[in-house]
Amino acid sequence: MWDNISILTAAPVFNIQLILDGLFIGATFALAAYGLALVWGVMNVKNLAQGDFVITGGYIAWWLGKQGIHPLWGMPISIVVMFGFGWLVYITIIRRVIDKDLFTSLLATFGLAIVMAQALNLMFGPEVQTAESDYAVRSYFNNSVTVADIKLIAFALCGVLAVVVVLFMKNSRMGQAIRATAQDPRAARVMGIDTDKVYAFTYALNAAICGAAGALISMIWVIQPFYGIGHAIRAFVIVTAAGFGNLPGVILAGLGLGVMEQYGGFVLGAEFQQATVVGLLVAVLIWRQIEMRRHRQVVQ
Amino acid sequence: MESFSPKLHLPILIFGVAAPFVIPGVTIQIAVLWVMVLFALTWDILGGQMGYNSLGNILFFGSGMYISAVVQVSMFADVAEYTASSGAVDFKYTDAQYFWGLGLGVIAAGIGSAVLAAAIGWTMFGLRGPYFAIGTLGIALTAGELMGTWSWVGAGGGLAMPVFPGSADGKSMMFYFLCFFAAIATYLFCSWLYSTRFGLAINAIRDDEQKAEAMGIHTLRYKTIAWSAAAFFLGISGALFGNITGFVEPLEVAFPVATFGIFMVAMSLLGGKGTLWGPILGAILFHFLKEFTWTYFLGWQWVALGVLIIVNVVFFQQGIMGWLMDKFPERFGIVVDKKEAAE
Repeated sequence: MWDNISILTAAPVFNIQLILDGLFIGATFALAAYGLALVWGVMNVKNLAQGDFVITGGYIAWWLGKQGIHPLWGMPISIVVMFGFGWLVYITIIRRVIDKDLFTSLLATFGLAIVMAQALNLMFGPEVQTAESDYAVRSYFNNSVTVADIKLIAFALCGVLAVVVVLFMKNSRMGQAIRATAQDPRAARVMGIDTDKVYAFTYALNAAICGAAGALISMIWVIQPFYGIGHAIRAFVIVTAAGFGNLPGVILAGLGLGVMEQYGGFVLGAEFQQATVVGLLVAVLIWRQIEMRRHRQVVQ
Repeated sequence: MESFSPKLHLPILIFGVAAPFVIPGVTIQIAVLWVMVLFALTWDILGGQMGYNSLGNILFFGSGMYISAVVQVSMFADVAEYTASSGAVDFKYTDAQYFWGLGLGVIAAGIGSAVLAAAIGWTMFGLRGPYFAIGTLGIALTAGELMGTWSWVGAGGGLAMPVFPGSADGKSMMFYFLCFFAAIATYLFCSWLYSTRFGLAINAIRDDEQKAEAMGIHTLRYKTIAWSAAAFFLGISGALFGNITGFVEPLEVAFPVATFGIFMVAMSLLGGKGTLWGPILGAILFHFLKEFTWTYFLGWQWVALGVLIIVNVVFFQQGIMGWLMDKFPERFGIVVDKKEAAE
């Protein structure tokens, strides 16, 4: 462990590599977390299947890539397919748990996560996959920092998608309806908003966002049927750390998580990369609790 | 309840005692069934009776397994040396050494897990509702990952338990009855616990924690004790299970969050959470379903499990016992006012 830290201090360029990799991958985390924050904030559904939506989106892009369609073109298809899939999941499952207690939605989506992970495993096999984008890999600082072009493209696409979603939420009719429903579903219904449709759209939009994030992850990183739970936990870490309705917070927490994960993996060893994520989740929850305890007051 | 449970005591007891002699081929499977009953009962102490839905109770199963492994090994050998040799050096245990080690290991596993639960509970019980579920899930996942990197206990390679001095049949018979007794002890403990003031207090916490606190119930203390009690039995089950498999490995055997960790929730829900007999019936039904799908639908068993959880949660939330209570309230000592029911 100390050896690895001394590498970082002796050769600062390694830090650049870690930070860049962390930012590129963190952008996709932030995207998926934004979808979770949306569903959580609007519908109060804790979607544990979030990570499996991401991985499914990745497999769609990867599979299309194998059929000869470039994964960057696969991404829009993945978005559309996942939008439909999300709508379907809403109609079959989420609609029935939405007004039950919170643990119900957590457990129902967990069951969904198990089904999806296993379905992917049966369809595509348990191997770790990457969608080949065939872009150049550039090196800087005497080849000690390498940046693949696809990572830059993915980073830019994450930004574009985030802006599109934000503009959509701000300006479109449906975006306004979603925000109104989030504020007060009953009042929204009185005003003539079909909240059921709004919920369906929100959930489908979340799935579509996950599809986009997954397609990008399949190009710049790796996908595997059972990596879903890791992505779900990342999204939960980010949203609990940032709080929903706080878009800049989600972006910062997402990028930060990406960087921290890279550092955790490098300093402590690759086998600690997963542990870093779940460790961070626990740390965030405990930290939030200490915060809340400070706000609590003793009645004299 | 009173009219219902004694009718089940005898058949289950007879089945439990007779099973290994009548159907010796599946002794281990039935031993696992008792472990499952224990899982569901201990999960329900928190999940059903106290309203704290934990997704990470499997943590104490794994901790018990590791504690007993370390105790059993360290009594007569150096643990680091033992794990480093990974079976190459044959550590011979005499009968007395083995059984002493096992006995102490099981007890230490229970106590150690209970202490661990108290320590973790101190931080985790500030989390409410889904945060508690996600937080415990996170802790259980972390524990598996961390144990997988700790070379003193064999890291990802795992740790072999001392070998049972005797025949394979003798081993499965002994551990069968140990598992059976552990399940019975858990059942007796739970049925006693729910009949005391303590049971009422944790029910009050489930129904409304703020009000319970306002009524003078020291909620944190009750919650911690309840979790420690659950962890005690889970630790013992972990110690026994580790000895049955004979090999402790962090991700698949000791901290199987995605299998046993979810099974215990699914079983309690299937049977009806918040009841004494619900988890038991759920565990028995679930175990048979599981063995069936694992045998005849291999590859699809996970899909079946996920679909079962979804259908259970979405359409059948009250579980078997809850459904029975709705259907036949008189049999559970619930008096239905005919006039009011008709209105």
